[in-house]
Amino acid sequence: MTGAAKPVGLHALVLAILLALHFVLPDYHHGVLARVLTLATFALGYNLMFGYTGLLSLGHALFFAAGLYGLGMPMQHLGWSAEVALPFGIAFAALLATGVGALALRTQGVAFMIVTLMFAQAGFLTLLYFNEFTRGDEGFVIAQEARSLFGISLADADARYIAALILFAVAMIATLILVRSPAGRVLVAIRENEERARMLGYDVARYKLLAIVASGAMCGAAGAAYGLLFGYVGATFASVQYSILPLLWVLLGGAGTVLGPLIGTAFMTYLIDLGSGLTDAYMLLAGAALVLLTLFAPAGLLGEVRKRWAGWLP
Amino acid sequence: MDFGPYLVFASLEGAVLAATLSLTALGLSLVFGVMRVVNVAHGEFFMLGAVAAWFVSALGGEALGLPAWAGFAAALVLAPAAVGALAWAADRAILARVGYDPERTIVATIGLLYILQQLTLMGYGPEARPVEPPFNARIALPWPEWGADGFAWTWPWGFGTTSYKLFVIVAAAALLMAVWAVLSRSRFGLIMRATQYDRETAQAFGIPVGKVYAWTFALGAALAAAAAVLIVPIQQAHYLMGGDPLLLSFIVVIIGGLGSLRGTVLAALLIGMSDGVISVFFSPTLAKILATLLVALVLVFRPQGLFGAKTA
Repeated sequence: MTGAAKPVGLHALVLAILLALHFVLPDYHHGVLARVLTLATFALGYNLMFGYTGLLSLGHALFFAAGLYGLGMPMQHLGWSAEVALPFGIAFAALLATGVGALALRTQGVAFMIVTLMFAQAGFLTLLYFNEFTRGDEGFVIAQEARSLFGISLADADARYIAALILFAVAMIATLILVRSPAGRVLVAIRENEERARMLGYDVARYKLLAIVASGAMCGAAGAAYGLLFGYVGATFASVQYSILPLLWVLLGGAGTVLGPLIGTAFMTYLIDLGSGLTDAYMLLAGAALVLLTLFAPAGLLGEVRKRWAGWLP
Repeated sequence: MDFGPYLVFASLEGAVLAATLSLTALGLSLVFGVMRVVNVAHGEFFMLGAVAAWFVSALGGEALGLPAWAGFAAALVLAPAAVGALAWAADRAILARVGYDPERTIVATIGLLYILQQLTLMGYGPEARPVEPPFNARIALPWPEWGADGFAWTWPWGFGTTSYKLFVIVAAAALLMAVWAVLSRSRFGLIMRATQYDRETAQAFGIPVGKVYAWTFALGAALAAAAAVLIVPIQQAHYLMGGDPLLLSFIVVIIGGLGSLRGTVLAALLIGMSDGVISVFFSPTLAKILATLLVALVLVFRPQGLFGAKTA
């Protein structure tokens, strides 16, 4: 079927380019891109909820941090191996997402945004409150020897890049499959017109919860992987800023597109990287980008492309 | 015997917080009530008020040789006016253009938050700077009950600052009364309430809704700035100081109910006092955790308190 050939080809091409970049990039950009891929997975998870289901959450740092601490705390305090701690971190994030989702989904629109913001804030403050164990803002470092999966040390730059790429590829393919599946179509239907989706007999509440749990698990996976790949666990990742950043990345790249989160994350990371060389006030760029996007390109970069030239983009 | 003084101290701290919080929260509540948008940058208007107060009083003290009280009085007028003007411009340049769409407005004001905060960091720097209280040393209140017990000797520092803190409470109450008078007695208040009640009908009756929105947004920001000017001699001006007032204002507005001045003040008292008391006896972080969870649960289980008004 030609309908599927174009998108599948495009995404395979993107993954191939990312793999090729592994061999050609200079060290510095190699490291940055590994980080971008991990954070882009976070953005993909956010996009599942915001882009496809139309649920704007201001509290996704909670799920990223749940994965991060779900992996980091048992490794640090209980001496768990990464093979056990990684799935635990993801499961913890998914569980938290189920709880938060079940409560937050009783609200809509602006109230939903504030409820998610408040839950994330409570989570962040809880991390600070128990700083005896979490080390609060200062955070802690996961020992290099512990950071290995099945005998491969992820502290090594090459292994780290490949691991980040695998993580991103799995998340991207999962998103692609999900949004092209009947369930994914229902999510988009909810975004476009919730009432109509309900009238057609879909259990809207259940699909929304599904979106939150899938999104939470994906963000948790990104968080857990971040801890494992970069070896640092800190409360900053639970702060409001890390709830706003995925929103910014997705808005910039294009909400409701599979590749948008990657483009947005890469673009913004490099912009901030560039900006922080010039001034301490690099978040100014993020702020300006948010305002300009809302004013002039609410669909984001890929969203505009899809609107003008490529309607087939998933 | 140790408990009593601590409780009084805690409630006094709580009362000061409650006083400034009710002003800040009222600003947020007005904006939400009339314009139906959540202004996430509200805390930054608070911060700008404090920074502007520092500029005015430092400039007045150094360049013009004004005494501290004159510089403070000037700040109390100029800082809210400047912040209000800025908010007015932001409304025209950003909020009006996204058509006050609730979700896009939130995203845009998050952007505005970072712009204001980071520009302050660039222009004003990362230091926390104090503003001299106008009459901290002049009115040192005697405290008879305590003096008789001998507590005054154990805490001689306790009430040197209190004279200014009492002034904060009185000034905030006076400002609240003034806002109440404007809302319920003046023509502008009538127009604002009409716009809040039914935007389209108001427009049909010739009320310039766009202008009303801009002025409401400016008034909301000015209230936050005024609260900040009052608190800055106690707290110092810092570019990150907007976070807490924003969070607490959210809490107050949501618990107190929308657009109701009385509800806002009552909730500010409740939150301010309990925050003060819990902070002194336990930890400020614990107080905030409880408060944020409370807000989330109020919104989940009693949404009509704030956001249900739209469907009614």
